[in-house]
Amino acid sequence: MSYAVDIIDDVFGGIRPAARALGKPASTIQGWYEAGTIPQKHWQDIIDIARDEFDYHLSPDNFFPAEAPPISAHGYPFQQPHCLSINDYKRPDIDTLLNLGAHYLDLNVQKSPQNSVLAGKTLINLFFENSTRTEKSFELAGKRLGADVISMQVASSSVKKGETLLDTAATLNAMNPDLLVVRHSASGAPALLAQKVGCSVINAGDGMHEHPTQALLDALTLHQAFDGEIGGLRIAICGDITHSRVARSNVALLNMLGAELRLIGPPTLIPMDADRWGVEVFHDMESGLAGCDVVMMLRLQLERMRGAFVPSKREYFHYYGLDRAKLGFAKSGAMVMHPGPMNRGVEISSDVADDPNISLITQQVETGVAMRMAILHALSDAQDRRRGRIS
Amino acid sequence: MKPLTITDVRIFDPASGYDEIGHIGLENGQIAEFGDIEIEGDILDGSGLICAPGLIDMRVRTGEPGKENRETLATAAQAAIAGGVTSIVIMPETDPVIDDMSLVDFMRRRAEDLPVNVYVAGALTKGLDGVSMTELGLLSGAGAVMFSNGAKPIEDALIMRRILSYGSVFNVLIANRAAHPDLSRGTVAHESDRASRLGLTAAPAISERIMAERDIALAELTGGQVLIDLVSSADVLEPIKRAKAKDLDVAASVSINHLALNELDIGDYRTFAKLDPPLREERDRLALLAGINDGVIDVIVSDHDPRPAGEKRLPYSESSPGAVGLELLLSAGLSQVADGRLDLTAFLRAVTARPAELLGLNAGQIKEGAPADLVLFDPEMPWVCDSEKLRSRSKNTPFDGRRLTGRAVYTIKGGEVVYSA
Repeated sequence: MSYAVDIIDDVFGGIRPAARALGKPASTIQGWYEAGTIPQKHWQDIIDIARDEFDYHLSPDNFFPAEAPPISAHGYPFQQPHCLSINDYKRPDIDTLLNLGAHYLDLNVQKSPQNSVLAGKTLINLFFENSTRTEKSFELAGKRLGADVISMQVASSSVKKGETLLDTAATLNAMNPDLLVVRHSASGAPALLAQKVGCSVINAGDGMHEHPTQALLDALTLHQAFDGEIGGLRIAICGDITHSRVARSNVALLNMLGAELRLIGPPTLIPMDADRWGVEVFHDMESGLAGCDVVMMLRLQLERMRGAFVPSKREYFHYYGLDRAKLGFAKSGAMVMHPGPMNRGVEISSDVADDPNISLITQQVETGVAMRMAILHALSDAQDRRRGRIS
Repeated sequence: MKPLTITDVRIFDPASGYDEIGHIGLENGQIAEFGDIEIEGDILDGSGLICAPGLIDMRVRTGEPGKENRETLATAAQAAIAGGVTSIVIMPETDPVIDDMSLVDFMRRRAEDLPVNVYVAGALTKGLDGVSMTELGLLSGAGAVMFSNGAKPIEDALIMRRILSYGSVFNVLIANRAAHPDLSRGTVAHESDRASRLGLTAAPAISERIMAERDIALAELTGGQVLIDLVSSADVLEPIKRAKAKDLDVAASVSINHLALNELDIGDYRTFAKLDPPLREERDRLALLAGINDGVIDVIVSDHDPRPAGEKRLPYSESSPGAVGLELLLSAGLSQVADGRLDLTAFLRAVTARPAELLGLNAGQIKEGAPADLVLFDPEMPWVCDSEKLRSRSKNTPFDGRRLTGRAVYTIKGGEVVYSA
């Protein structure tokens, strides 16, 4: 199954010769060797070099693994029952998820019969808050893995008739779903649901608390863009940290992966005691962005704000909006991310957001589907193992 | 009625400092004599127990009238005596609000046959609207022992000034919650690292200090008598200390929850620990305990607030704040005494003599001729709180499953044993 081992050993004759031939650090090749996969953007180089220097004719088909890597990579089985908060996960869980995500990304998130690992399972999307990209991303991920997907429009259903969250949970539980994806405007609501239902609950964003799948897909995007080396990257998360669940999950995850984190924003939008989160806090972009490899912009969440946090969008953009001039403070070649949806001209200028050489924003959407396939697959697998053990 | 003698009991009166083993003779609903006396009539063996004045809880909510599914006066009375409480003050947040003489009268009549003394706090403003002052004089004449605007503070400084100024004529006690609405509105937690991580909207502790400073300044201006109600943070103690040094009519109360718990008890969104004011940091808790020991804080209340499970089992930001506490006030306090954080005399004074003094009640003391409202408790009895066994109609307590030290064994009201464990 690990095609990377075959290619590195058979074509190049080992890790060091491969590193020399491809002009990459040996640690990168070692990473491919261990993961068993090679990021897609390197395929063409490898095919060309194999042909020109080793007279070995590879085609993209050689890069398709026959099956997904084992869920229990590193000899540590993925056992998490839910995906509620990054803090519930340990480093091996995260590595398993990122490897699996990279696998689905390599498959170019194709729907294929071999991928129907969720066949016969039911995925319910329960969105108490409006969402387009997250909901559709989960729907697509579920369908590509062969699950039966139901999306509930809760905003327009019985909740309006006064049904409580736990009543809704009991009703859904009676339908025996296997996976429940929940978004809710109250922090902690998915955790409350998870106590009351028998299936795996995935937090797709709860109030100002966490959005773990977004953090995982951001990590996967970085994993792809920096050849698996997230440790040591200097990453700035900029803007409205106070209201951002994405920031909370990203701080927890990127800290775990060994990145050097900075938070940049006006004091009104940086939470109390954020300097105790294992990050450095800055209130101006120039010093905050100095030497950064990645700039992660956040949306100004006007809908969660009561009263004035910043005087105007114009002033906010002037001091904290990302344009080419401010990006110049970061390391040259720094990459830009944004979880979307963007307020163009408020936190990010269009020419930065749309420049494919510096912006990872569209990749984030693409990796989103792959990452969610990986999460659904891993949770379902853990569920099967748990059920097998019980019966 | 036959006299009753409590024998071989440690008689502990926080008002006078009397602390000796002896007998207490009760007759005609009063304490006839105590100390080294003749044993007469029925005998209640008090050996190994401490006998103190029955507790006075200055801040109790029930659901009667209007929300009887939460609690009635009768169930609240049962909870009270199980916790050694013999007098309770009902908050005006009922439905309808107690803002009229007839309602004060209604409450007093409803409570006539209950095993506790029920007193009523009148509303400061009509319908608790925060604007239109109630008939403070007439209400006070009808029997309201203090005045409060419930959970909502009087927002407008001008209204507060007039209430304090007008109330000073009748010498009434005006309780106002210390929370600045501009800083606290819509928040569900204490502003800290913890709340930021949990993604909860939070009020800073300073909100409390700003309001307390305002009310102290107004009390100084008007000569009114103000109770800074439910303090919960360390920083609010400084202005209260200053006001007392100036000899202003300023008192402060704290809930037992804030002396026993801190924000970590919220854990992962435990809504049963959601309170108003929110639980704060450990340093606040320790400062509040010190505030009781050195007398800066006058009164400890249970802040009894029964809520059915349906209002609690909701996402954190949507659930109701509040906890029942009548039954746990004594035990939770004694647990702090057992931990060495709280002085027994200071604790008992804050739940007996001091509230009686503030409310002008003939209670809260062991002296000849005083009403025979007493509690006999074992200060070292260990037990585990099981919310299902509470006598309140609602079982919302953050103490569920916690180990406590000390418990009421007998409660006596008007010379009769109304509760025995």
